[in-house]
Amino acid sequence: MCGIVGLFAKQENISANLGVHLSKMLESMSDRGPDSAGLAIYGKPLASKTKITVQSRSPKHDFQKLKKFLSAKKEISFSLNIHSTHAVIKLDVKQKDQVTNLINDSFSNLRILSVGKKMEIYKEIGKPAEVVKRFEIAKMKGSHGIGHTRMATESAVTTLGAHPFSTGEDQCLVHNGSLSNHNSLRRELIRKEMTFETENDSEVAASFITYRMNNGKTLKEALESALVELDGFYTFVVGTENGFGVLRDPIACKPAVLAETPDYVAFGSEYRALTSLPNIEKAKVWEPEPATVYFWGH
Amino acid sequence: MHILDFNKLSLRDINKTLQESDKNSFFSVRNPKGSHALAVGINKKITVKIVGSVGYYCAGMNKFSDIKVEGSAGPGLGENMMSGNIYVTGDVSQYAGASGHGGSILVGGNASSRCGISMKGVDIIVKGNVGHMSAFMAQKGNLVIFGDAGHALGDSIYEANIYVAGEVASLGADCIEKKMTKKHLSNLENILSNANVSDYNPDTFRRFGSARSLYNFNVDNAKIY
Repeated sequence: MCGIVGLFAKQENISANLGVHLSKMLESMSDRGPDSAGLAIYGKPLASKTKITVQSRSPKHDFQKLKKFLSAKKEISFSLNIHSTHAVIKLDVKQKDQVTNLINDSFSNLRILSVGKKMEIYKEIGKPAEVVKRFEIAKMKGSHGIGHTRMATESAVTTLGAHPFSTGEDQCLVHNGSLSNHNSLRRELIRKEMTFETENDSEVAASFITYRMNNGKTLKEALESALVELDGFYTFVVGTENGFGVLRDPIACKPAVLAETPDYVAFGSEYRALTSLPNIEKAKVWEPEPATVYFWGH
Repeated sequence: MHILDFNKLSLRDINKTLQESDKNSFFSVRNPKGSHALAVGINKKITVKIVGSVGYYCAGMNKFSDIKVEGSAGPGLGENMMSGNIYVTGDVSQYAGASGHGGSILVGGNASSRCGISMKGVDIIVKGNVGHMSAFMAQKGNLVIFGDAGHALGDSIYEANIYVAGEVASLGADCIEKKMTKKHLSNLENILSNANVSDYNPDTFRRFGSARSLYNFNVDNAKIY
């Protein structure tokens, strides 16, 4: 079991309170996933800037060191905001590759969770209520966001095993279910030079989609090929720069509920996840069909 | 009428009150907010009206009571019910009426996948569509679908009847279309009149059931179904 939530704002009143809504939604899915939780939040893009979200097990020491290290490079202008075990580095989009390479080469304790103009990923082990409090998610604004509460089945309870998984710049994936052919798929993807941080099956799904999109497929095409290649149970929600998509496997035993009003589109593993949203009693509520790709975008 | 409000009472308290109530009591349950396992295990004739949508397993194991949900229901509505009536005005999720032995379920909207899976005597009426694998391994009872049926309808079905007014995406293994005889037409009319459904044209329904080639059906035992 796991819980998924997603919220796509159509109006300012929702985007201004995106973090508040997502926090409540995520907490309501605690029963489905009490061991870890995470969110991807899509904020306002800054002109010619990009964001790198990094995570550390010893944030005090590591982020201080990183700040010193980057400050010493005169050509790099950046800001670094610390949120508990995560830090968001904002920098000129032209310096993105240089800085990601520097982090990967010189900071073995840091993990890059996401890169993108809008997206920031926050995830940790612990109860969903503790996780949203730790990162002060309720203060965050944005156009859309997706979240996940995890009850681990396929791999260990670790920060990196928590969802969302980044699948590329401004793209991420959350998963409810379990894949049965993830080991063979992982080996196949490693041969194609994809890299993995965990033994997690959902990371394989994320990598599978990233690989296809890196090779010219659209998100819709990548998800459709997932229907052919992935064996197992899944409800996926994928976040992109402009919105989010939903895909359920053909058997569709993993639950999914969608709700739409003039103000928002919301996703929940259960209706309970949606009850805190404004005017939910007037929303159009339905279940997404199996083996069908849905997408909402700005 | 007794009002039970989730804003004041816990799920456990509400279920306990319903289960321990006097016969012929009438309850109105407010603000369920998608709660799971609401109004389960009732085994006396009471009437429960739930105002709002409910989560998993609502009205499971129901015996004798009449339960109405003014809203939609999550997975496993009326699972293993024995008797009584359940009416959901909105949609229901997966496996509604699973393994139900008796009574009736009326769904005003759509039912999703596996509706009536392994049903053992319950009557299920869906005014909208049903999802894939509905009536999977259905043994006894009737599934009446006013709208369309998804893929693999009636897969591995035993002796239940399926009536469909809309389109069928595909039939499952060993499920075939059968002749709508007078006996079956009157069976359909009985089921619908028991559920107070009158706005329909019986001629639009087709009947589906078992080809009896997957299991060892012995005609000498036909009477026990």
